[in-house]
Parts: sequence; structure tokens; C-alpha cells
Amino acid sequence: MAGVHVSTTINGDPVEFVCQPGEVLLDVLRNRIGLTGAKEGCGTGDCGACSVTVDGRLVCACLVLGAEVEGRSVTTVEGLASGGELHPLQRKFIEHAALQCGICTPGFLVAAKALLDRNASPSEEEIRYALAGNLCRCTGYDKIVRAVQAAASELATDATRKSGKASGSKSGRKSTKKQVA
Amino acid sequence: MSHDASFTNQKFKVIGTRVPRPDGIDKVTGRARYGADATAPGQLVGMILRSPHAHADIRKIDTSAAEALPGVKAVITSADLPDKVGGRRDMLDILENCMARGRALYDGHAVAAVAAIDAETAKRALKLIKVDYKPLAHVTDVDEAMRDDAPIVQPWVRTAGGDPNKPTNVAQISQFGHGDLDAGFAEADVIIERSYKTEQTHQGYIEPHACLASVGPDGQGELWVTTQGHYTFRTQCAALLGMEVAKLKVTSSEIGGGFGGKTHVWMEPVALALSRKANRPVKLVLTREETFRGTGPTCSTSIDIKIGARRDGRITAALATLRYQDGAFPGIWGMLGAMTAWACYDLPNVKSVAYDVLVNRPKVAAYRAPSAPMAAFAVESTVDLVARELGMDPVDFRLLNAAKEGTRASYGPTYGPIGIGPTLEAVKNHPQMKVKLGPNQGRGMACGFWFNFGGQTCSTVNIGVDGTVNVSVGTVDVGGSRASLSLIAAEELGVPYETVKCSVADTASLGHNDTTEGSRGTFSSGMAIIFACRNAVQELRARAAKMMDVPVEDVHWENGQAVALGTQHSNLQPLTLAQIARKSPQTGGPIAGHNEVVADGAGVSFASHICDVEVDPETGQTRVLRYAVIQDAGKAIHPDYVEGQFQGAAAQGIGWALNEEYIYGKDGRLQNPGFLDYRIPVCSDLPFIDTQILEIPNPGHPYGIRGVGETSIVPPLAAIGNAVSNAVGVRMTHVPMSPPRILGAIKAAR
Repeated sequence: MAGVHVSTTINGDPVEFVCQPGEVLLDVLRNRIGLTGAKEGCGTGDCGACSVTVDGRLVCACLVLGAEVEGRSVTTVEGLASGGELHPLQRKFIEHAALQCGICTPGFLVAAKALLDRNASPSEEEIRYALAGNLCRCTGYDKIVRAVQAAASELATDATRKSGKASGSKSGRKSTKKQVA
Repeated sequence: MSHDASFTNQKFKVIGTRVPRPDGIDKVTGRARYGADATAPGQLVGMILRSPHAHADIRKIDTSAAEALPGVKAVITSADLPDKVGGRRDMLDILENCMARGRALYDGHAVAAVAAIDAETAKRALKLIKVDYKPLAHVTDVDEAMRDDAPIVQPWVRTAGGDPNKPTNVAQISQFGHGDLDAGFAEADVIIERSYKTEQTHQGYIEPHACLASVGPDGQGELWVTTQGHYTFRTQCAALLGMEVAKLKVTSSEIGGGFGGKTHVWMEPVALALSRKANRPVKLVLTREETFRGTGPTCSTSIDIKIGARRDGRITAALATLRYQDGAFPGIWGMLGAMTAWACYDLPNVKSVAYDVLVNRPKVAAYRAPSAPMAAFAVESTVDLVARELGMDPVDFRLLNAAKEGTRASYGPTYGPIGIGPTLEAVKNHPQMKVKLGPNQGRGMACGFWFNFGGQTCSTVNIGVDGTVNVSVGTVDVGGSRASLSLIAAEELGVPYETVKCSVADTASLGHNDTTEGSRGTFSSGMAIIFACRNAVQELRARAAKMMDVPVEDVHWENGQAVALGTQHSNLQPLTLAQIARKSPQTGGPIAGHNEVVADGAGVSFASHICDVEVDPETGQTRVLRYAVIQDAGKAIHPDYVEGQFQGAAAQGIGWALNEEYIYGKDGRLQNPGFLDYRIPVCSDLPFIDTQILEIPNPGHPYGIRGVGETSIVPPLAAIGNAVSNAVGVRMTHVPMSPPRILGAIKAAR
């Protein structure tokens, strides 16, 4: 079958690729572009491990055709950090031990960022429902929710500081001890 | 609480701190490479054709049309996987599960495989393979499979010690216990008997099985694979394919969850056989549907419990009869259920009898404390019933009968220091116990036990010239163990955590390590690392002695430094590990420590859980309101990841208790092989899961460590069963307690 030529933007960079008409975005990202951060856990849109955003909208890359992203802007987990600087969500996931095996982590980070982009201070319930499309089998979600809360709190503090108002106390984790005597 | 045994009343410097994990950045940036993330030059795509029948003779497989399709490089059937193990039944079972040999034994059983230049060609090739099946009668229910007229799953199976001429589905009968059961029941004032059923569940790791296999005509091969045990995979794949162990290098990728399901080979021998036939690398990644139909699941069970107790609350006799289905191949799962059933209690007269039963379902694999949750569901539900009958508080009743140091366990050994009593005391004092319940709400608690395991282990510590430390381990890091193991090396050497780099070594770089199962990763590799570090310290002392020009006996290791003791050496400055390492090229070359050990001494672990639920009487829907896990860790090396194990195990247990089950149709086919219809808990289903780590040191480990990964999947089925039963006023006896089952139980009781 003849391939489809697609011009798009991925993580801010202009990208061109040729894919089969029936090829899903997840396979394009993983097999053609070399971005393997998005994972295939189910291929049916049930697990969220392949979460990416297309023009800011959270989608399962296994349910979007590669040809559909012509002229759009795709963001994957590889696009969350800016240069050497991790996104606060990425830092908080590490600090709060919000991952065990880590296979679901890319999808959770993309989904959590999509949440915080539209709701800067979500309640616990809002976080839980926003992340209900992402399956994690290791953590019981406890530390994931706490990490998202901590990241939201830090982002809010940063925003307050940037807007020139008095800054609140820095969000930290409950009882981090320094590791080395 | 202070349960510290004096032997390990140790003061730790870095053990017990919550450091960032070394693979954290890779895993939050998408850089970490899992099973499906590797590529090789010229790689082909492998795919497997699976049986649509629950049980069928395979009369003929015609692969000619598939082979003729352009782009297809290899097609294999069981003819390409001949017996290379001399008929050894356990190994042949593994091979037959990887690829049917004349008979398809369950829906999803592999019957053929292809390797092609791309996925589309491979899919088309699968459709061109013609399999001539003759469907046979099948059985998928454990109780039906034990009937005399049941279809026979494996004609060669005889009950061990039973009639040698009678084909049967009962592969094994196991029995444990002690005392005089009849006398015990005669002494009882109250006797309660109940029967229970639990349905089959899958480990549900988010990463499906995946590997990249490459075998050349010279008999050398490489396998990149998501596995809990790459050394075991190497041994098994080499044996099944007639390869030499040293010539098959297996590298474990990052692993996207296993929970026991990745302790067994499934399609890896198939990928290697395809690669050998095509003489090209083959990448084989299972779909989610294949993962459900063809790999993993744990047993479904049917269990009878009988408990007798005196009015004063002492249990006088306890009997369990357990029927576990092992899928289409014999296993030890019923036996493990029998061993764990009564392990929490100190019982004068106790017996458990287990049947391992074959059915036309996938070969059962280990699932986190395998077999214990089902037995605990039956036992702990009945324990609650007895307490109620006696008018006793269920926690007090358990405390009165709990096992303690010196108790002879129902499965044989006599316990050393153990944590069941302390976890129950902690339940009594837990704030959740005082929260007032509303209408349609119920509270339940339950206990759980797991053996834990040690096994063969091999680790190396290499000191770099700049004083940094490489630790090589052979246990796969499933949930953050590289952080814990780095902490152990840092503690033992007296160096900062940040200077230690822990890696999982491939099979060409380290000796055999048993699979990461039985909660052994941190326990056993931790032990080997401690001993390897102590070896390295011997060498560091010798080098320091040389540098200081003093006898080695005078040099001691303190806080990461070599110190020359004695007044005659008082003018000598201590030498740090980094100073000694820097001089190592001149003092005798590289400095390393190594250890091989069979890590005996794994300490048993106990947990008690508390659960509050609310049941909607209209829909039968259960919501978990509050949940608390209390478990003995021996010593928590990295508390974050210990808590994570507790929480994750509880969440899996909650899913099992309320939702998850394999649903088979009358045709013997699995009806829900996907995450939409096999629903595991999602974020909005669960509350925060409270954890309490108790530390009752294990005398069998230098730091007192007990395995922590499995025990907490044991209590949830029963804790939720007790909570739901208390909420609706009807005893729940069938897991999962899905809305229709709860409504059915309420209706039946009316």
C-alpha cells in the first residue's frame, strides 16, 4: 500500500515521516521516529501507557492514526523536560517514589501535565478522575497522587513568585531525610 | 514498638533513608528501555498463531501458503522444537506450553509462529496457516475437572501415589498438619464449616511480554527480554533449543511489572527458534489479548474450611480442603495453598489437604505470594465467623490464637521471631478502628502470611580509581531494588550513596542468579553485596597497609577509611577509600569484592490489613473508603519502596476481591482478554492506602531484612470479604465480590 507523507511537529521540532494509512501514531512514534517513551500496554485505549497530547489534547497514541497528525503538534514524554531541567512533575515523581516498574510513568506524566495545564490546583478527587484512564499495577496510585499534588503546589508557588506576590512556603515531602551522614 | 533482637540492634547511617532511585531520570524521561524498546539490524517481526479451541487435536498444520508469501522468512511449528531434554517431563511441559505438540490444551495455546519483514506481512502469514483441528470435550472448572467423567486434560498424568492405570486431572494431593483432628473437634464448643470459591485472575503487568532474539548458525545467541529471571530464562531456553548455556547471552531489559508472571518462559524459545530458522534477529511482542489468553494467570479455587473452638476463644481444631486448578500443566499451587492456609495461627490440631487439578486453561504462573490469598480468604472469613459465634472481637480472637516465636507452623517448621502478634496489636491501636461507620458501611480485617525465599545469588563490587563503586547484581530490579542495593553497598563500605552505581548484569557477566521471586531481590542480593563489600574491604585494608607500610592486622576499616590502630601508628593519617583506589594501579591493580551464596535464612513475613467499605444496596457496587496495611519488613532498607510494595499489593488484592476474574464461556474460550472487560483498579477506585512498617529483624540476614513484596496481597480478599459481609449482613463466599454476586447474595439471604 502506498505510504502517506505527513508533516508535523513533535516536541517542538518539525518532523516529516511516511506511514501506512492504517498505521497508528504510537507505531509511528516508536518505530519510525525512535521515540519509545510512549508504551503499548493494550493497543485498545484502555491503559493510557501511550498517552501523548495532540494540539494540547490528551489522547491515546494507539487510537490515533499517524496520518491524522498532519499539521498538528504532538507532545510526548520526551518533550516534558526543557534542556537539563526536569518538569516539576518529573522531579516529584522521583522524589515521591511514584513509580516502581516505571512502564506507566510516561503516560501518567503526560496525562498529569494535561490536567495541570487546564486546572492548576486540582483536588484529590479531580486528580484521581483525571488519571483514571492510566493504569498502574505497581503502586496502588497513592504515591502518584501525592506526587501530582506536590507538583501542582510547587507550580502554584512558582506562579505566585513570578507574578511578584509574596511566595508561600516551598512544597516539600513529608519527612525527607538527607541520605548521607 | 521495640522488637529489635539484640543481634541486629544496629545503628545504620544510610539504610532507612529515602534517597532518589538511580534509574529515576531514565524512567521519567522515557529513556529507560523495556522489552519492546530494543532494535537490532535486520530484525524481523515475530507473531504467534493461537488455538481458538479450548481443547482440540491438531491433525495437520499446513504452512506452505504462509511460507510462500513474499517477506516471510520463517514459519515454525512444534516440529521445529523437537525434544532436546530427553523426555524430562517438567521441561517438556514448558516446551509444550510454548508450542502445542499435537493437541491444543486451552484457548490461546500457541500452535505456530512466523517471522516476517514487517507486522503487516506477519499478520497476513498467520492467516495463511491452515490448522486442521478436531475439537475435544473440555473442562475449565476445578470442581468439574475432579469428577470421574471429566474430560482428561493430560492423558499421561496420574495422581502421585494413586492408581497408576487411571488417567486423572488430579496431578497431586498434598497434606500438611499435626495433632489429632478428631480429638480437637470433639473438644470444641463451636464448629463452623463453610465452602468458598475464588476466580482466576491475571498479574496484569502493564508491559506485555516482549523479547528480541538473535541466533546465528554458529550456535551463538543473544536474547533481550523482559523477565524476572534472565539466568533461569537462559538455562531453560538453552536446554529447550539444544544450545550451550555459555553461548546464549540473556540481557534483562527494564521490566514493566511481573508479579510472578515473568518468572516463566512463554514465547522466548519460539522467538529464538524463529531467529535460528531465519538467521535474522526476531522481535516478538505479545498483544494484551495474547498476554491474557496465553500467559500468566493464577489459579481459580474451591475451598472448604472447618474450624472448632472452645468458649474461651482457643481454636481446638482446623481443617482445610483446597482444590486449585493449575491450568493445563501440573503445578504446585494447591500445595502452596495448603502450606500457607493456617500459617498465621498457633494450632494444636490442624490439617490441610490440597488437590492440584488440571483444566483447559492457560498454564498457571506464580502471582505474588502464589496461592496464599485464596486460602487466606477462606480461612480468615471463617475465623471471623467463629469469632462472631463466640461473641469475641475478631482482632482479640486472632491475637489469642496467633502464632508466635516457638509455634510449630502447620506446614512443619518452628517459628523464630515473627510479626503476626505485633501487626495485630498495631491493628487494635490503629486510628482507623475508631472511625465511626455510616449506613451500608462495614469494616473488616484479615491477616496474611508468606514464606519468602533466598536462593542462589552472585554479586560483584568493583571499586573505580576515583573511589566510586560499581555494584553488579543478577536479580532483576522490578520495583526500585537498585536504590536499596546501592544503599546497602554504601552502608557497608562507608561511602556516600551517590558514589555507588548498581546495575543488573547480563548472563555473560555474572554467575547464575535465581529468578527475582519469593521477595528475594533485596534480601538475597543485599546479602551477597554485604559479603562482596566485606571482601573488598579486606583488599582495601591490604592496600592501605602497603601504602602505610604497616602490618595488615593493624589496619581497620571505619567509616569508609582505613585506620592504623595502635599507639605506634598514631602519626599515620587514615586513608579514605578514594585515596586507596587512586593508588590501586601501583599497589596491585583493580580492587574488587565478589560473593556467591545460597541465601538461606529468608524470614517469614506477616501482615494485617484493615478495610472500610460502603456497599450500594441498589447496585451491589462496593467502594473502598479507607484501607490500612501493617506488615513486618524485618528492616526497611528504603521505606518509600517498602510502602510502595505494601500499597501495590493491597491494590492488586482489592481488584481481585471486587472485580477481576477470567470469564470463560461454555465453549471454553476466554471472554474478557482485555483491560476493558478485565478491569483492574484505576486511580478513582481507590483511597490513599495507609501503611505501617514494623521491623522485627530476621536473624537470617546480616541487616535483619525480610522480603516485603508479596505478603500484602494475601489479606485483602478476606479483609474486604469481612468488610462487605459486615456491611450487607450476609457472608460473602465467592471472589470477586462483583456487584451481581453481592446482589445475588443479598437476595438469596432474604
